[in-house]
Amino acid sequence: MSDFFTLASLVFVVGSGIRLATPMLLAGLGEAIGQRSGVLNLGVDGVMLLGAFGAYYTILETGSAVAGILVGVAVGLIMGLAYGVITVTFGAEQGISGIGIYLFGLGVSDLLFQKQVGTPLPIRGFSDWHIPFLSDIPRIGEMFFQHSVLVYMTFLLVPVVAFLINRTTFGLDLRAVGENPAAADSLGVSVARVRYSAIMIANLLAGLAGAVLAIELGIFQQNLTNGQGFIAIALVYFGAWRPTGVMAGALLFGLVSSTVLQWRTLGIVSGAASSLMAMAPALLTIVALVVISRTVGQPSALTRPFDRGK
Amino acid sequence: MTETRLLELSGITKRFPGVLANDDVDLDVRVGEVHALLGENGAGKSTLMKILFGLYEPDSGQVLIEGRPSGISSPADAIRAGVAMIHQHFMLVPTLTVAENVVLGLAESGWRLDTGSVAERVRDLSARYGLEVDPSALVWQLSVGERQRVEIIKALYRDCRLLILDEPTAVLTPPEVEDLFVTLRQMADDGRGLIFISHKLDEVMSLADRITVLRDGRVSGETTPGETSKEELARMMVGRPVQLVPDKPPLEIGGVRMAVEDLRVVGDRGTEAVAGLSLEIRSGEILGIAGVSGNGQRELAEAIAGLRAPAAGRVLVDGRDVTGAHPSEVRSAGLAYVPEERMRDGVVGEFTVAENVMLVDHDRAPYCRRGMLRFGTIGERARDLVARFAVKTPSLETPTRNLSGGNIQKLILARELSGSPAVLIAAQPTRGVDIGAAEYIHRRLVEEQGRGTAILVISEDLDEVMALSDRIAVIFEGRLMGIIDRSEVDVAQLGLMMAGSSNAA
Ligand SMILES: Nc1ncnc2c1ncn2[C@@H]1O[C@H](COP(=O)(O)OP(=O)(O)OP(=O)(O)O)[C@@H](O)[C@H]1O
Ligand SMILES: [Mg+2]
Repeated sequence: MSDFFTLASLVFVVGSGIRLATPMLLAGLGEAIGQRSGVLNLGVDGVMLLGAFGAYYTILETGSAVAGILVGVAVGLIMGLAYGVITVTFGAEQGISGIGIYLFGLGVSDLLFQKQVGTPLPIRGFSDWHIPFLSDIPRIGEMFFQHSVLVYMTFLLVPVVAFLINRTTFGLDLRAVGENPAAADSLGVSVARVRYSAIMIANLLAGLAGAVLAIELGIFQQNLTNGQGFIAIALVYFGAWRPTGVMAGALLFGLVSSTVLQWRTLGIVSGAASSLMAMAPALLTIVALVVISRTVGQPSALTRPFDRGK
Repeated sequence: MTETRLLELSGITKRFPGVLANDDVDLDVRVGEVHALLGENGAGKSTLMKILFGLYEPDSGQVLIEGRPSGISSPADAIRAGVAMIHQHFMLVPTLTVAENVVLGLAESGWRLDTGSVAERVRDLSARYGLEVDPSALVWQLSVGERQRVEIIKALYRDCRLLILDEPTAVLTPPEVEDLFVTLRQMADDGRGLIFISHKLDEVMSLADRITVLRDGRVSGETTPGETSKEELARMMVGRPVQLVPDKPPLEIGGVRMAVEDLRVVGDRGTEAVAGLSLEIRSGEILGIAGVSGNGQRELAEAIAGLRAPAAGRVLVDGRDVTGAHPSEVRSAGLAYVPEERMRDGVVGEFTVAENVMLVDHDRAPYCRRGMLRFGTIGERARDLVARFAVKTPSLETPTRNLSGGNIQKLILARELSGSPAVLIAAQPTRGVDIGAAEYIHRRLVEEQGRGTAILVISEDLDEVMALSDRIAVIFEGRLMGIIDRSEVDVAQLGLMMAGSSNAA
């Protein structure tokens, strides 16, 4: 245990915790926007997998990480359009539709990988960007300011999303549509348009999250996400539908995961015990959910399709 | 006098499965006029207004605004055409602030939310029309009266020329209604046209310039307050003379059937809503509770019915102590309950009429045998009750949600009275109910009293409380201000007590 509590080890754990948190945070921010509009998307993990494969394959073929990111985003938008048609235009049950999207993403990403690539070849992404001056601060710099640009971008997105939700007209429409779509409709707000936009943003971020995951890991394999999309959904509840809350949850989750990894590396816990401990974040979320769900309510219209009723 | 036709509806027809909701309806509204729309529950008033507001599409007919086809096919179109609507049920987002609710959906507000300037204009409008409300308050924290004011501010903010008000007074207290009428009059004098729907004939007589009456989806008459009387309006609505105040037979009072002793109940906001209240109701007696809403009435009823655990005190139903008991136990002790929030606590909206009839007794004979529901018996029973209580429904299989408000209320009453209860609690028994149905409900309550049931009537409608009750208990901030006998009622004194001065004053 004393190995773990060395300064170097702790600094490493924080640094990699932040890195691990990034894809979940991206996907979680998107899901928060979607849920604020009253749409639950259980298919996040599937969209992440498709985004991850799209980015991975593109980089493998072109060598351009930027192109990989763009493809991840595009994949997200396409999936968003599909989910919008299913749940908004046709008003299908959101739980089942989301599971369908997940299974689709899981299967198709694997199939394409087997057919197009076969053996996992590594890709090169963005090298870490050491922010001038800040990264030179001892310890602090190493923990917070020596990451890939994708990490900085993701964390910058937190205030941006918070601003979008709380300070813009679109955000107001979003909150109204998620709470009382009939009231929004009666004031001329197009419930369908708001929900489509929210779904597109949510899926764009999920696709991007997948791309970031593949680029950070430098690899693709079957079920690369290992359930991170589902964790992102849990984070939205954990964070009480607020971007900062989602960020706090993602960081907590990332830190617990990197701690467990570090313990395993140092041989503090056995492999079996560490897989048990890998459940810790999930348990934490459940506990947080029980506590939080008593104080803040979810968007009232979550999962409820809107139909004006002719 | 130049009479500009602000609005002209002609030949509007709208059919729902099994119902002709509007049948060739004509209606017009002039500039500066309040046009009242009257009609029984289910007559088609809300449907007509929803067509005008673009929520429903008419099967046929024409909507003209200032002589031109309105082209309204969605609420967005309606707002653009200067039409605003205050719906029968609030259309507010409870988690947003007043200012956010007001600015929602306004295209000209730009991409950035600037609630500061909105709040400013809201305060202006508040001051000009006497609509006091804090723009930065969250809507869920507001009282019902304040919410209604927010709805009107929403309409004013959009600078509407035509304002539709669908039963805006149903949930307001008498002083709130007076304030509202001052505002509405002012809005009309400013050159707007108003359509006002209410079941309260006094209100219509005092506010309206013209009155149109609908019956079964058709216009059954058009008149003005000067040319008509309440009795005649009632006859036009129902198609027969209506007795507005029930005859009460001589009292035959027996022993105490229901009592609460020093009851204390905590309300939703965590404060004590009922603060040490004691009451007794005897067999064959109606005790009315008068008081401004929000003074513990709802919590009192819920605590008696077993829907809310009291913090202290006792509840006795027909001699049995049912304090804190499960609602089913309270029911088997002989209590029947007609709740205030009928859609939430009284029926399951998605269930059919027949299913709602057997809702509380579904686990008992004759509805159920060896764990199996007996649909034959249920159907028979439902048919009988629907007929006896004159519930207007296309069929027994209709989802209850599609019935009009008054008919849902009759259905609940039918179910609750069918078990010959020892004690009946009726909260706002005629809220939103047309006068024909109200007459009927009052008659049933008096009949039930004659059978020896102890009845507690909770109502915001003072006329109703005075017409029905043998004794009137006034409550204020969860405490009993005093009990007045039927023969000694004095409206002025009641009003004082409702505002918190005790009986001794
Ligand atoms: N969406 C709907 N689907 C089917 N039937 C409906 C629908 N809305 C209304 N109806 C039916 O149309 C008729 C007219 O209803 P409407 O709500 O217009 O009555 P109303 O005059 O407003 O009554 P109330 O005074 O109770 O509000 C009723 O028989 C009602 O059951
Ligand atoms: Mg109506």
